[in-house]
Amino acid sequence: MLCATDLGFAYDARQPVLAGVSLEVRAGALVGVLGPNGSGKTTLLRLLAGMRRPTSGAVTLDGRPLHSYSRRALAARMAVVPQETHLAFDYSVMEMVLMGRHPHLGLFEVEGPADLAVARDALAATNVAHLEDRDFATLSGGEKQRVVIAAALAQATDVLLLDEPTSSLDLGAQLDIAQLLVHLNATRGVTVVVSTHDLALASGICRELVLLRQGRVQAAGATADVLTADHVRTLYDVDADVHVHPITGRVSVVPLRRAAR
Amino acid sequence: MTTPVRQRMWTVLPLFAAGALAAVVIAPTVGSTSISLTRAFDTSIPWADNVDAQIFFVARLPRVLAAAVVGATLATSGVVLQALLRNPLATPFTLGVSAGAALGAMIVIAAGLDVGALGVSTVPIASFAGSMGATAIVYWLARSQRRGLSTNVLLLAGVTLNAFFSALIMFVQYLADFTQSFRTLRWLMGDLDVGSYGPLVAAAPFVLLSFAVFAMLPRTLNLLTLGSDVAAARGVDVARAERLAFISASLATGAAVSLAGPIGFIGIVVPHLVRLLVGADHRVVLPASAFFGAAFLIGCDLVSRTALAPLELPVGIVTAMIGGPFFLWQLVRHS
Repeated sequence: MLCATDLGFAYDARQPVLAGVSLEVRAGALVGVLGPNGSGKTTLLRLLAGMRRPTSGAVTLDGRPLHSYSRRALAARMAVVPQETHLAFDYSVMEMVLMGRHPHLGLFEVEGPADLAVARDALAATNVAHLEDRDFATLSGGEKQRVVIAAALAQATDVLLLDEPTSSLDLGAQLDIAQLLVHLNATRGVTVVVSTHDLALASGICRELVLLRQGRVQAAGATADVLTADHVRTLYDVDADVHVHPITGRVSVVPLRRAAR
Repeated sequence: MTTPVRQRMWTVLPLFAAGALAAVVIAPTVGSTSISLTRAFDTSIPWADNVDAQIFFVARLPRVLAAAVVGATLATSGVVLQALLRNPLATPFTLGVSAGAALGAMIVIAAGLDVGALGVSTVPIASFAGSMGATAIVYWLARSQRRGLSTNVLLLAGVTLNAFFSALIMFVQYLADFTQSFRTLRWLMGDLDVGSYGPLVAAAPFVLLSFAVFAMLPRTLNLLTLGSDVAAARGVDVARAERLAFISASLATGAAVSLAGPIGFIGIVVPHLVRLLVGADHRVVLPASAFFGAAFLIGCDLVSRTALAPLELPVGIVTAMIGGPFFLWQLVRHS
């Protein structure tokens, strides 16, 4: 449904951030975009979300190029969860989640009971219903990220794009968010694209991976096929032990040492 | 079942509106001559014999209405700019609008060109032109080809332009003679004594146009404060929204400053007080700030014309003496 063809992007023409990136995200997929810092993950997600227009190539949603959608129409189809959310003003959790309803409201329309129900449902789905009346600023990092995901759910889209959603969280909160993404994908059929440099997250929840290195696709496909010791070495310059669990098929990566160059 | 924001809009806004209306009606009765409201509104007394009505409607009401308009305009412009710049310490004057207005007014006064024709002086026209000139320069500097306005450049350009214009203002003052110099200084302190309804009518179209744009913005402003990427992902046309917010706030501020001079601190004190009272949702904050700003400046003006009566204290001094300490308290609280 979400398709990128030969994407190129450069903030500065001499230093392309992405070059020749093609990928296809099928409906209901749970795709990870994996790569080291500076490999172009965030930029790729921005292009997929239609926040930036690619310098070359195109992104299509259901066969139509993204720029042919209005911002509003696009926001009704795709929601984005940023790495971190900082507020200039104190909003409550409920206010934050209700802001997800924006693309579904008219110019002067104020959220009604139906929107409130959607927001409560989203808060319940992300396990933060009890925080409804709290100030967003007083929450822990993990709670904040759940609320932001709840806001994205309240946006009622079929695609969810997350940019390194766990990179500033502690281990427990990381696992919570990972489980939540699997759950939303399985129970609500939300198509999930998540960028990360975290091998454990990528191997733990993503069924497919796109490996990004220096703005190019290093490899793409089913997680077990793509996440090999060779690829980990080229991606991170790290020698790693990669195991595929014989029954569950889950891949585990144990980093061993910095690779000799 | 009603939503929290609807509830707050229905309970808070009528209350704030009633407060502003009460200020408009009561303030004209206070002054060197005390008058009675019932007599002023008694239509059975002929106009020529009704001294109370004449004082109320002719001598005092224009000034009170000017305070209401300027207070509401500066407070709401402050709210819009704080959201646009994602910076709670921004004011309507942060982006150079008031400095441009001041320079315009200074030049006309110092050059001895302040002639009044048909009840409209050249000073407000020049200051309005100055404010629009400053707005155009800042807008031009911050406009980037790729993605609308850059709020960082907007902030830096505004602050730098403020400093540059201040230097020009001092230069003009230095060249001016003593009387002109005093007049320019007095203009900078702010003055709500508009004299008649004429200036209000002249400023009204600009203020009303800006308020019409403000009315479309609140939910968008909520999202803009979360960052332009988040706002875009939620369906906001960020470049268009930022352009609308900047231009409407500048237009409103320019009109307010040309009406009464650069009255400081309203644009930061009122939005912050209102947020403390009603929360951060701009659908409540923006209209509540309009009402509160109107009432607040009417109150400050009342102090300015009664505290040292028969001497009149410039209203800018009153707002700054209340606003300055408050601003510092906010600064400490936020850091």
